[in-house]
Amino acid sequence: MTKTITDVICPFCGTLCDDIEVTVSDDGKKILEVFNACAIGNEKFHHAMAKDRPVRPRMQQADGTYKEVSYDEAVEYTAQMLANAKKPLMYGWSSTNCEAQSIGHEIAEAVGAVVDNTAAVCHGTTLIAVQDVGIPSCTLGEIKNRADRILFWGCNPAHAHPRHMSRYSIFPRGFFTGKGSQSRKLIVVDPRHSDTSKLADVYYQVEQGRDYELLQAFRTALKGEWLPDVVAGIPKERIYEGAELMKSGRFGIIFFGMGVTQTLGKNHNIDAAISLTKDLNEYTKFSIMPMRGHYNVTGSGEVLAWQFGFPYSVDLSRGYARYNPGDTSSIDLLIRGEVDSVFTIASDPGAHFPISAVKRIASLPSVAVDPHITPTTEVSKLHVPVAFVGIEVGGNAYRMDNVPIDTRKVVDPPEGVLTDEQFLERVLIRVKELKGVKA
Amino acid sequence: MNTVTLTPKKQSDLYLEVNNITPDMFAGKSTEQIAALPVYVGNTEHPLGEFFTVTGAAGASAAETRIVIKGDSSRLKYIGMKMTAGEIEVEGSADQYVGGWMAGGKIHVQGNVQAFAGVGMRGGELLVDGNAGDYLGAAYRGDWRGMQGGKIYIKGNAGSDLGYFMNGGTIVVDGDVDVFVGTHAEGGTIIIKGNAKSKVGGQMVQGEIYVFGTIDVMLPGYIYRQELEKEVEGMKGKFALFEGDTAERHPKRKGQLQYAKLYLKQ
Ligand code: SF4
Repeated sequence: MTKTITDVICPFCGTLCDDIEVTVSDDGKKILEVFNACAIGNEKFHHAMAKDRPVRPRMQQADGTYKEVSYDEAVEYTAQMLANAKKPLMYGWSSTNCEAQSIGHEIAEAVGAVVDNTAAVCHGTTLIAVQDVGIPSCTLGEIKNRADRILFWGCNPAHAHPRHMSRYSIFPRGFFTGKGSQSRKLIVVDPRHSDTSKLADVYYQVEQGRDYELLQAFRTALKGEWLPDVVAGIPKERIYEGAELMKSGRFGIIFFGMGVTQTLGKNHNIDAAISLTKDLNEYTKFSIMPMRGHYNVTGSGEVLAWQFGFPYSVDLSRGYARYNPGDTSSIDLLIRGEVDSVFTIASDPGAHFPISAVKRIASLPSVAVDPHITPTTEVSKLHVPVAFVGIEVGGNAYRMDNVPIDTRKVVDPPEGVLTDEQFLERVLIRVKELKGVKA
Repeated sequence: MNTVTLTPKKQSDLYLEVNNITPDMFAGKSTEQIAALPVYVGNTEHPLGEFFTVTGAAGASAAETRIVIKGDSSRLKYIGMKMTAGEIEVEGSADQYVGGWMAGGKIHVQGNVQAFAGVGMRGGELLVDGNAGDYLGAAYRGDWRGMQGGKIYIKGNAGSDLGYFMNGGTIVVDGDVDVFVGTHAEGGTIIIKGNAKSKVGGQMVQGEIYVFGTIDVMLPGYIYRQELEKEVEGMKGKFALFEGDTAERHPKRKGQLQYAKLYLKQ
């Protein structure tokens, strides 16, 4: 007999869909089928079942091969590395639960490390802008039920967050949006045509790197001020029209992605977008929300912020929290040669950082904690495989709208494999012994 | 004025945080006491004397103390942080935060400086013979007060985000600057003798920017007003005056909206 588990949370993207159904084998060890998830979410569940998955820590040898070691040895190596480093970097956290993040931060505080999460390469710039000008935001539920003006700026949910549009932003019928997509006007701003822009009522093909100019032009248009004939490749008439369209809605939302957070302008683009949202509230209700990628990158920011006051790139080396991306951010620290050991967890900088930063990881004492074999585990000295969070162990995660959701365990991890929490807990105990901190 | 000379004797494996290298900290101390001041490498603390030979003598007060740092300082962070008086001469290049939050005195760097030089600066003078990095005279993260007073003079080029949230003082750059100049500024004067790229004066409320060279792309929120004769940094010339950023809020004075002014040399 198989069992069907309902209301499972998908631990892949920041949409954190909570309506997944999973059929598991009688002994609760195998996932047989996954319903309701999109293709990438589905893949994530099936990935946990891969036969060639490592189930014991692996230590890189001098000749580049790997030797299996025990979890005890892995805990010892990790604790020694962190306790002896002058400025260790502890990076990642976005694909694990808040419980594990919290223990990890305790380790960071004990050893005087820099803690950073994957916002460093996606929405960190958003967090800088939020600190500079604040953020009027809302929940995805409010958007589903109320929003009649939807803007996607520099993002392509059709591919990156596949069920976002059907569950929240375009198609669902809500209390005040009873006609689904017909109740809404969709505006897309992107230098490239995408599967999202195909659905748009109004599409602005902004010139590459001129998002800031266009955002500021919308703000200027809202104030009824003069504009040059063409801004960022868009004729001024269309900018005044767009401003009117936004104003005329009852409830509007700007969603934005890495097309604006990581291109020319970075935090300033978001600063201008938030300021535009603020300006629009003179006329109607408007909100803004980042399309967060990793399913719990939002949670990592939340936990860091309630523990240390800052959402990413937190430098604890001097015993108090310092935060200044550009100085305390992972890629800068690696490229500038500011850290002397690297601990990564629940992320893959090996695949996403510039090559010079990855080379630095390879040259330093390094530990990678990840269920998979990834480019990061391949450049690290020690790879510690762990259980899949949200599949083999539950725990708390934050959706892109800052709503905390408890993920569910659906199957057991392979025999003897530790969870992130269990591994970190053991490293913390050992680190405290080495540092002479009272338990 | 008395001079203390720091000569490097050992390279640190990581960067050194030397926020104690200021005339304020050195004043009234013997060379032994100065050598015992802490410097930081990551989470470890070391006496300054481990990395530098300290010679000369400090003055009785910060104003009477001059510090010379010999050799290469490109791995020293926070030189002259929060200094209020006296002088620092850096014979090489320096790393980040040179003159951060300084309130008085003078720093001269013969080489280049990295990012965040003069962040939150309130007074004094910072002179750099080479280039400056990003966030020159800007606000520290989350602060809404960038440079508030004093003068920064860069003989080379400067990076992006110059004068971010600036609201007083003067920055002069002889060379070119990267994107975002004077963003969110509420006052102060920025003079660029070379060229600027784009995003000049974005969200700027008040203050002045002079560009002697060209701006690749103007922001949409700047309106041309008139041509003016002006004398800037000892140079006379005709300037086109633009006012903006019209996207941003602006205070009123005598019933008139007060805009930021952008002067482009003709
Ligand atoms: S949209 Fe995101 S959270 Fe939802 S099923 Fe797909 S990958 Fe999972």
